[in-house]
This record gives sequence, C-alpha cells and structure tokens, in this order.
Amino acid sequence: MAKVTIDGVIYELNPENNLLQECLSQGLDVPYFCWHPCMGSVGACRQCAVKQYRDENDTKGTIVMACMTPVSDGAILSVDDEQTKAFRAGVIESLMTSHPHDCPVCEEGGECHLQDMTQMSGHNYRRHDKKKVTHHNQYLGPFISHEMNRCITCYRCVRYYDDYAGGTDLSAQASHHHTYFGRFEEGTLENEFSGNLVEVCPTGVFTDKTFSENYTRKWDLQVAPSVCVGCSVGCNITPGERYGTLRRVVNRYNDEINGYFICDRGRFGAHYVNSESRIRGAKDASGLSIAVGDAEAKLGVVMQEENVIGIGSPRASNEANFALRSRVGAENFYSGHSDDEHAALEIIISALRDEAFHCPSIREIENADAVLLLGIDVTNVASRVALALRQSVRNLSKNLAQESRIPVWQDSAVRELAQDQLSPLAIFSVGATRLDDVATFKVNLAPDELLKAAVQLDSVISGESVDGSHADIGPTPKCLNQISEALLGASNPLIVCGTSAGVEMLRVATNIGHSIRAQRDVAVDLALLPTEGNSVGHALMVREGNTLGEAFERIAKNSIKSALILENDLYNRAPSAKVIAAFESLENRIVIDHIETKTTQASTLLLPSTAFSEHEATFVNYEGRAQLSFQVNDCGTSAKAAWRWLLDEESHSPDSVISKCSEDISDFSKLTECLPKAGSLVAGMKVPRQSHRYSGRTAMSAKANVHEGKQAVDKDSVMSFSMEGVYPQKDASILASPWAPSWTSNQSISKFQSEVNGALKQGQSGVHLLSRCNKGFKYKVEVPEKTIQGLQIFPAQHIFGSEELSGHAPPIQERMTDAYAAISPKTASEIGVDAGDFVRFRGSEICVEVSIRVLVPDAVVLVYPGNRAAGVHFNFRDIGRSQILERVETAPEKIASTRLGLSQLLVNDLFGERG
Amino acid sequence: MNREVIVSSGKIARELSEAEVKEIEHELTLYPDKKAVGLEALKIVQRHNGWVSDESMLAISKYLDIALSELEGVATFFNLIYRRPVGKNVILFCDSVSCWIMGCEKIRKEINDHLGIDYGETTEDGEYTLIPVPCLGDCDKAPVMLVGEKMHRNLTADSIKSLSSSGKAQNKSGE
Repeated sequence: MAKVTIDGVIYELNPENNLLQECLSQGLDVPYFCWHPCMGSVGACRQCAVKQYRDENDTKGTIVMACMTPVSDGAILSVDDEQTKAFRAGVIESLMTSHPHDCPVCEEGGECHLQDMTQMSGHNYRRHDKKKVTHHNQYLGPFISHEMNRCITCYRCVRYYDDYAGGTDLSAQASHHHTYFGRFEEGTLENEFSGNLVEVCPTGVFTDKTFSENYTRKWDLQVAPSVCVGCSVGCNITPGERYGTLRRVVNRYNDEINGYFICDRGRFGAHYVNSESRIRGAKDASGLSIAVGDAEAKLGVVMQEENVIGIGSPRASNEANFALRSRVGAENFYSGHSDDEHAALEIIISALRDEAFHCPSIREIENADAVLLLGIDVTNVASRVALALRQSVRNLSKNLAQESRIPVWQDSAVRELAQDQLSPLAIFSVGATRLDDVATFKVNLAPDELLKAAVQLDSVISGESVDGSHADIGPTPKCLNQISEALLGASNPLIVCGTSAGVEMLRVATNIGHSIRAQRDVAVDLALLPTEGNSVGHALMVREGNTLGEAFERIAKNSIKSALILENDLYNRAPSAKVIAAFESLENRIVIDHIETKTTQASTLLLPSTAFSEHEATFVNYEGRAQLSFQVNDCGTSAKAAWRWLLDEESHSPDSVISKCSEDISDFSKLTECLPKAGSLVAGMKVPRQSHRYSGRTAMSAKANVHEGKQAVDKDSVMSFSMEGVYPQKDASILASPWAPSWTSNQSISKFQSEVNGALKQGQSGVHLLSRCNKGFKYKVEVPEKTIQGLQIFPAQHIFGSEELSGHAPPIQERMTDAYAAISPKTASEIGVDAGDFVRFRGSEICVEVSIRVLVPDAVVLVYPGNRAAGVHFNFRDIGRSQILERVETAPEKIASTRLGLSQLLVNDLFGERG
Repeated sequence: MNREVIVSSGKIARELSEAEVKEIEHELTLYPDKKAVGLEALKIVQRHNGWVSDESMLAISKYLDIALSELEGVATFFNLIYRRPVGKNVILFCDSVSCWIMGCEKIRKEINDHLGIDYGETTEDGEYTLIPVPCLGDCDKAPVMLVGEKMHRNLTADSIKSLSSSGKAQNKSGE
C-alpha cells in the first residue's frame, strides 16, 4: 500500500490503481465523466483534475488528471485546491456549451451524472451566448432513444458498446464540436447488451425507450432489490413500479454476478409483467371467471383425492415448487423439465457436487485465460456469460501490459499494445455463434461429428492416442493439440457447456474437465448452463426417477385422475401427442400460472399467480447460488404467489416457507441464509420501497376513488410499501437503488462499495447451496453411429423469444423472429429450395420458412420453433431427431407468421442476397 | 467471408472498379492488417469518383471487412474525405490567423459575388466547391487558397476574377 497525502490527510492507497479510482474508493468526491469502473481510463474529458505537489516545499503544484495518474507512495495531492477547482469548473463549462439544458423534459433528469458533476464542479451560470451545435437524432430500434444534442463527448458509449460489448454498429463520427455518436444510418442497435448504454451514458443521449413511453422520475418509482429470471445466470436487477405497472428494469450491482451490466432480455423482457396475456383471475373449466373463494373450494375438493400429482417448473421460485411438493407429497411431485432437460440437469447438479470442479461466477469467468465452449451459443442462452467471456479473451493483453509495465487501467494503451492478440477461446458449435469474432479456434460441425471431435479432444488432453480416421471432416490433430495445450497451459482454464448442447455433450464437457483436473493441483472451472431462471432449484426438489415421462406413464395407467401443473407450458416439454393424451386421461387439470399458455388453455381450473416482481421469492442459478428477490409492488388483482394457493396462507409467510424448505430438503439447508439478518434493521424500522421524495401518495388513486386509501401494509417483508422507515445510506444489505448526497445517478454505487468494483458493504451476494463432497467419474459417452436418414436437427436459440416469458414484452416482440429451418447453400440446392421458400418436415404438419446460411454444416438443419407469445409457434419436440425436408409449393394459408417474419434474424452468415 | 451489410435504406454496395481494386490491393501489401487500409481505400475511391457515396462506403466496408460504422467514423473524421458530391475543383480557402490579418474576408466576399457560392456550396455548373481550411502552410504569402491541386498566393480581388464560372450557388444546404 502507498501512503498518499490528499488535502493534508494521509490515506493508504493501492498502488496498482489510478488516483481517481482510489479517491472514489476512499469516498472522496472527485468529478469525472469518461472513466468507468469497468472500462479503465482514457483521460478524454479532463474533468477529474487534481493538483499534485513535488514535495512539502512545492506550493505551486501541477494540475494532473486523476484517472491517468498512478498512485505513488509519498505523493502529495489536493482535490480542494482553488486553481484546480476553477479548472474543473472551466472544463465542465466548455463541455456544456452546446448542451440543451432540457433537464425538465429529459428522462435522465434526477438521476443524471452530468447534473451531479455540474453541481459538484461549481459551474452555475452559462456564459456562452453563441448558437449551440445541434444534431440529427437517429431511430435506434425499439429499446433505445437517441438525443444527440445532450452529448458531452465523453466517448463512454462507444468504449462500452464497441470495446467492451463487441458491438459493431455504433461509432464516433466527425470531430471537435460536431462529434457524433450514432450508426451509419438509422436502424436497430444490434448488440444484445445495448440497453446498458442507458446506464453508461452520463447524460440523456441514450435513454430507455420503453421507460419513456410510461415515464416516471427515479424518486417516484417504487423499487426493491430483485433477481432476473430470464435465464440461469440470475443477474441482480431493480425493477421500478408506479400506478401498478412495471416501468423499467435497471442493473443492480452485484460484484460476483452481473457487476454493472445486464442483457437486453433481462432489461426489456421483464415488461411481460404488464402483458395482455397475464392471468388476472381464476377460471373454471369453461374458461369463465370465478371468485377466489370458489377457486379455493374447488382446489380443496380435488386435493382430498388420493394420488394427485404435481408437475413443477424451472421458471417458478423455490417456494412455489416447494409448496407444490409439500402439498402433493414428494413421491407425487414430478419434474417440469422435459426428459432430456432433466437428464442434463442431473449431470449439471452432479458436476456442482464434484470436488474436481469449481463453477465460476461471472466475475471469475472474466478471469479465465483459456476457454472451451462446447456446443452452446452462449449469447443466446445465458447472455451475461457471453459478455464475461468477451472480457476473458482480453486477459492476454493484460499480461502483455504487465510485462511492458503498463498499468492495466490504461485502457487505450493496453488495447494499442495487444492489437488483435487474444487469449485462446475455442468454440465447438453447430453453425455460427455470436462470439465467433473473438474465437481463436472454431470447430463447426454437424451434431454427431461435433460430439466425436469433442471426444477426440478429451483423448488428446488425457494424452491418449487419437483415431485420425475422421480427420477429413473434423478438426485436424494439430488443431486439437493446440486447443489441448492452451487449456493445459492456462492458469484459469474454463469449460462452458449447457443444456442446449445436449446430454451427451454435457458428459463430454465433464469428462474433459476431469482430464484437465488430472493434470492440475486445483479444481477446474466448469460452467454448465441450464436455460431457465430456477432450473437448478427445481431439479434439486425432484425425487430421483420422477421425470415428466414417468408422470405421463402414471397418468396413462389411469391411476391418476388429477394433476396440478405449476407455471409451466407442457407443450414445450414433451411431444404434443403425449401431452394431449395425458390431458385427456386427467379429469382435473389444475394449472397455476401468471401468463397464458397452451397448457393454461387446457386447464379445468386455472389459478392466477403473481409474476417475479409481485412476490418475494428465492431462485437458484447455474452455480447453485440461491438468491432472494424482494417483492416490488402489490399486483392489484386476485393473483397470489403460487405457494399461497397451495399452503395455508394464514400460518405462513415467505420467510416461513423458506425455513420449512430448508428443514425439509437437505440440499436447501442453507436457503435461510438468503434472508435478511435479524437485527439488521435500524430501530426495528422497515426499509422503504419508496424514496423520501415519492410524490402523489394520497392523490395517485384519486381517479378511481376520492377516498384516501390506507397505505398498503406488507406484513411479511422487511420492506414497506411506503416512504417511512430507514432508507439504506451506507449499508447495502437491502439496497434497491443507490443514492448518496451529491450523487443521484447510478454512479453513486461507489459510495456503497467496500472499494471501487468491490463487494457491497454488508452486501448479500447469494448463498451457495451445494457442497462439493463427491468424487466424480468420467461418463461413458455414446457417439451415435451415422445410420440416420435425412438431415440432423439441432435447435437454434434466440435471446429474444427462446424462453417462455420475455416474448410477451412488447419491445421484445419487435425483435423476435418467426420459425425457420436454416440450412447450408449445398443442402438447399440438394433439396431444391431458395431462401424464403417454405418446407415441410416429412411426416408432420410443420411448415417453416427456409433461411440459407453459409456456416450451417451440410446435412444439418437448425430449427427455430417461432414466436411463442404471438402464438406462431410449433412444438419442437414434434419433429424427430433426423428428418427429411420437402419443399411446399405454394405457401399454404396455414403457415402462420408475424409481420416481422425473419427480418429480425441477427446472424453473420446469411447466404447471397439479403434475407 | 465478407459479410453482406444490410442497411435500412436498402442501399447496396457498388462494384469497385478494376483500377480501384488494383490500388487497394497494392495498399494491402504495405500494412499489417486490412483494417489499416480503410483510410487509403477512402482516398483511392475519392480520387476516382470525386467523393465517397454510401454505395462506395458499403463497397469498401465489404471489401476490407471493416464494420460500416467504423469506416464512417474514419471518413467523417477527416475533413478532406467528401461524403457529399463536390465540384470538379474544390477551393480550400484559408481563413486562419495570417490570412485573416491579410484580409481574407474581402476575398471570400469576392468569391461569393463572382461564383455565387459560400462555404459548403457548389456552383450550379458543378465546377467549384468552396470549403474553409485552417492554414495551408504558406502564411508568408497570405491570403492563400488551394484550387484543385494548384496553390494561389497573395490573393487579390483580381485573382478571383480569373476563376471562370457562371451561375450561382447550387447547394444552399451545406455547412
């Protein structure tokens, strides 16, 4: 540690960091724009000027930029120096010469870093009386609005979007007073992480379009700390509510998981909560609305029968699944995963218990220095992981910088030094992935060949001789050797695979992990990614053998008359014929859900449940990390948290359900550690969900009723639906939305961190449920013999629409694509089809549009089942593993599509003329 | 593989001429990677066409595999890459300190009167475009201007009259 004197006070600072970061870590107010905790320093804005003195006798000193100055032992500095203060005021005055001062109509107003810094720097009166430079704004798609006049040219947007997130369609254009940040021409910002621009931009150039349409100031939003259920990563988010509707979602800092960034599915997909397809009341068999009391009575009658089975859900909370399990009995509680997903989850969970492995957090994934991706398009399955992998390939440049004694925070110097050199990333995939641009090795093969290649890689890594007979198709022995050397030579090798890669590939991934582990002293990083928000939590509750297929068997044997189906569309889990047969045998199909699906349509009793922001719940992510998500607002309908339909409401609270779950199921014994610690509340007062400035409390419901209703009471939670209570100040144990004196924007988070980029003070980053006490073994992998006729089918994944919920959000709808069958140009010419033609899967009624792509391996068809929320969707499991495609001469009326067709398809390898 | 870039206006890359391709290929031999040739390619295309159209941008982006928006960043950064059509002769008129002291404003007025164009405008016959430039490095002979590739020094009202043109400004929208 270096001893540094700042304005007469001696601080112990980390000499690895720059002065600005260390000043902020010490809680000092130094204004800045271009610096970002995740993106290092470039010294572009000149706002963080401080004064540095040579020694005690130096009275004049030199103005330096804090972000570009390393911390050095014995340094003497001043932030409060008058000359420096005047310099900073001058800098911001010049940055503001063309700023429109439109704060009253700007979405950023009230949580604006530019407002904060202007105040802090003491620029109060505008002197520039010349004409301001104005710009043309571009249409940037359904997510982001563009207002270039507000720009102060800090370059953070392009540094984030291009350099950090790997985007290619946003750039800095022109120069000096007419610098412009935009696209080549109007059009949707393509990057899957574009929404973070809203939070990265220090002013209101990039704003959340969906929020603007139903705008509310930050202080008028009701907020609570929440967890995204869009995929298995479990990013921490803060949803904001007003007048009973969800207004927006922003990132909530968690140093181990999402850090400062979330993906666009998480940010914009959460709007499904306001969807027209929400279920707002109970319904009977004929689809007529019934009262809550009647619904409860009907449920009670059915539950008196013997042998009612329950089918759980990977998108429902632990509490909902646990309540169903308790109500029907563990022996009658079945998996809500499809049988292949369930088998995948068994491998994933046993890897989580295996002492040979370590499952890395997102932060740890960023530290990997050699990565093997097996059969998974991560960007479209667990997007936040892809953003972390994009940072991991830069670790080589950080090593190069250290060798050249360049501090790693010197962002542009480090990039300049490394140029295109990247840490090794090997991608084994069927077709293109969105990380191909940073891949060192790319193995692109048909599913069966890919599996063979991965098995060969395992042999190479474990030093066995390799059968070279497939060398003409698969990767060359040289390529496999290089990948093997990269993984074995790395200090943090990482293997990433997931449910979408298939059960056999997961086995190979685990085997490769074991092979690497055998040659190292420490556990190997293995990230196996399920597809849904609570896949792991749900799977942990299912008794061995209680698969969905087994449930259907029992139903078919006619011993079961009634089933309770929890927040799950079974038409996505099994072939339609099986689901229909099961539903026909069941007398009572009780469905609890919050959104309409084909399964809810087939229910004989439909019970409405609340969405993620309307109840308190826990979820388990891909690491086996359980996290608590607080309720944001009351749903305002007769919907209840699913567990409330199933357990005695009067004698339970969310906390007691969590406690009971941790007592009953040994894997969940640590779940109660997610709950807020008793005694963490100041003077026993609750934490308010509303800010001190929350306005219109007594008037906001006046349009419905002039009586001032009683403030809603939350008897279950440590949070209150009001502004009374003690707002978190420097304690982040229950921190929804950061705010600190002089810091209204999200940049105030540094006031709550132990140090910049560090853990939150008293923060809670979740609880790892599983302990590693098993000695794993290598699986026997079955490589299918090539006996199958026709094309091999592989499922395509899309960030917008591949899971059940986000597709119901209107902004996501604008980015969704219809069903398609993607084939290579060669395959297309063999079948005799062109792009835009329709094909039928032989032996089925399923017709889809053809998309021709250069990188799809020959004799393979990538199938995307379409837009579920718009009802233009087929059951992927209704087509077999291998198929014959037939051209449909005239597109029959039956081929339903949305108006967008395939126009939103974002791939780099479309063949020939534009799709 | 060079990606076919899809832009919402529906514009498509034009075919680069044989001569353009030959010159770009030559530049490619001089740099370590394709990306570095972006600026040279813009200059080559401008030399052959007078300016760089959207279709040319798409063509260079495709040929060199540079993201279109990144190439636009380069093209718009340099004042002398023209992203709009210009006249046959571009007048780069110095309005910097030395020329200002020596009365360039009067000369500019003379150009306005004689050719009927101001900064950013092109004569109707497409002969001249007037663009201000900060210093041409010939201060001892101020005021100066560059017409095409020919330097005009010690400008007077008469020297402007030698520029032959008829007509008035064609393009009033320029800045």
